[in-house]
Amino acid sequence: MSLTRRNFLRGAAAAGAACAANTAAPAEAHDERALPPKAVGLLFDSTLCVGCKACMTACREANGTNPEFGAQQMLWDAPADLSARTLTVIKAYSDGAAIEKDREKDGFAFIKKSCLHCIDPSCVSVCPVSAMTKDRATGVVSYNPNNCIGCRYCVAACPFGVPRFEYDKTIARLRKCELCKTRQAEGKIPACAETCPTGATLFGKVTELRAEAERRHKLTPGERAFFPCKTVGSNDTHEKPAPRYNAETYGLEEVGGTQVCYMAGVPFQKLGLPTLPNKSFVSTSEKIQHTLYKGMIAPAVLFGSLLFFVRRSANHDEKEEE
Amino acid sequence: MLVRGLNDIATRPGHEPIHQEETVGVGFEDKAERMGDYMNDEILTAAGTKLGLSRRVFLQFCAGVAATLGLPADAHASIAEAIATKHRPPVIWLHFAECTGCTESMLVAEHPAIDELVLNLVSLDYHETLFAGAGHQAEAARKSSMEANKGKYLLVVEGAIPAKDSGIYCKVGGQTAVELVNECARDAAAVIALGSCASWGGMPSTGPNPTGCVGVGDVLKKQVVNIPGCPPNPYNFLSTVVHYITYGKLPELDNQGRPKFAYARLIHENCERRPHFDNGRFVQEFGDAGHRSGWCLYKLGCKGPETYANCPSVLFGDAGGGCWPVGTGHPCIGCTEKGVGFERPIHGLADLKFVTPSAASSRVIEEQGKGVSVASAAVLAGGIGVVVGASVAMAKNLGKGHLPEHTQHGEE
Repeated sequence: MSLTRRNFLRGAAAAGAACAANTAAPAEAHDERALPPKAVGLLFDSTLCVGCKACMTACREANGTNPEFGAQQMLWDAPADLSARTLTVIKAYSDGAAIEKDREKDGFAFIKKSCLHCIDPSCVSVCPVSAMTKDRATGVVSYNPNNCIGCRYCVAACPFGVPRFEYDKTIARLRKCELCKTRQAEGKIPACAETCPTGATLFGKVTELRAEAERRHKLTPGERAFFPCKTVGSNDTHEKPAPRYNAETYGLEEVGGTQVCYMAGVPFQKLGLPTLPNKSFVSTSEKIQHTLYKGMIAPAVLFGSLLFFVRRSANHDEKEEE
Repeated sequence: MLVRGLNDIATRPGHEPIHQEETVGVGFEDKAERMGDYMNDEILTAAGTKLGLSRRVFLQFCAGVAATLGLPADAHASIAEAIATKHRPPVIWLHFAECTGCTESMLVAEHPAIDELVLNLVSLDYHETLFAGAGHQAEAARKSSMEANKGKYLLVVEGAIPAKDSGIYCKVGGQTAVELVNECARDAAAVIALGSCASWGGMPSTGPNPTGCVGVGDVLKKQVVNIPGCPPNPYNFLSTVVHYITYGKLPELDNQGRPKFAYARLIHENCERRPHFDNGRFVQEFGDAGHRSGWCLYKLGCKGPETYANCPSVLFGDAGGGCWPVGTGHPCIGCTEKGVGFERPIHGLADLKFVTPSAASSRVIEEQGKGVSVASAAVLAGGIGVVVGASVAMAKNLGKGHLPEHTQHGEE
């Protein structure tokens, strides 16, 4: 079939219609994703953390990562931040004389950094090859190196700076906390929560963790209180006067909510947790994308007008040739 | 036995070891010879006779005390000379609301046989547990000693003082504890509160505390030397007394009146189980695999991270390494620390005391360079220049290569 003007236009229209028909269903506007039914996560209570870094050691054992020595000496495992070799890190906040724990001025506090397992994760949304996925049941955001093409969009997209790329390796992977999904499959809990001696890192269902956070908020500071270790509702509890908490729990609303939540006595910004909108970035970006491609109208218009200009020039040339 | 025990103290890390008697080497002979430079044999022999010790054993005792005090290597010479030549200071020793555990632990200490040394080193003029006399006779001895040694005697108080209702809950010889401690402290050269009870009230002062027990410092309304512990390490007390005899003054104290040589560091800092803490190996319950492997006792409630004492280095009971509560597998209860021992639940978790978070802790915000340096600006400007120049050159040449071809094509 010779490509006449008529045939070309006919073909273009048919293809456009087919695309529109195919994409009509997923082109719906993005809804704020709801918490998965069996969502699990962590509750990190900075006021309970004593900075022993047992979680970091346990994490290394569970994930087979090697210690990162400090720049000055080769004695201590002292990573400066999360990295492809450090999936969780305890960071210290320190102000002035650093006398009292959990006080903003002249005080100090600890914060555990690791993946927050967003309810609506940016890394999953931006991944062009579905190497980053969110488990439909547990909500754990995990990574499949076999799918990954190494574009590092997830690194750029994460508002918490969690995914880290193995820049020093020829065949590099991305590394991030996957909430010890292999341990969970064996019926165990994540290594950091398992080893934490004070219950600062607590594992459980997100709904239960949020209820626990609410219970702690209701305690009067100084009141005799019990704090569970390892998992919510475990018998392994310890007694401690209730601390003075920030008014909010971090991770209930931020970017549509996260499955890892934080409680602290020092403002979250000071602990390196960014102030973020309650709406997830994914909902905004996907809404724009899905609006643009809805019914393939925008591409049809774009390519239609391109075609128009091409045809006009072609006609002009044909006339000249004649 | 005596000698071996002393050597155990003296061979603590950070101190020059003294060789055991069986393997007396050049080091010990050197020391003994150096001692000869400071004092003559007559003094040493006199001192030995005074304490009922041989010359060698006496010198080793002095070295042991110097080591406990953390004094320089030559200090044992001064100590030996002081003990040999100076007058024995009289000591009045009072007991109040307590279990007499402090005295008991002193009596069972083996090196040097502490009862003998305390009785000979000092002139113990009044001590209810050790007294042969009783009743009015004993009280008269106390009064006459106080009168004769005005401003020279040491007052040692053991046990808390029931202060409620004018102190009527504890009386000795018709006088209340409050009256006695005030009367004896008035002309004392120094007051030493021995044990946690005397230091701040200790176990008797914990709730409900019906008799209103308080420490010696609270009754006298002044800072006294506190040697807390339940019981306190006998060598911390002995070293304080020897320091006083040798230098005529008390050792340096911390803000709670505790001698710094013994109470300047957290138990956590010198604990032999510390590497397990740093690696997250915690005993989960008594008798589990971790407990049998000697892991960290923090999760069982060890108060080492908030308790200041030299237990891990001086140890207890003269039985060698590992012989202290944490060494035997029980969490520290914080007996030397006011507000921790007897007040916090034994199996409650300790709050870690940090002066500041360790330097090895990564900071929340790592410092980054700010602004533009001259070098980076130069590199950036150079780069921009190259790009702009290339663009201009390219724009100028645009179409030039095409023209002849086009002309050629037209000619065809």
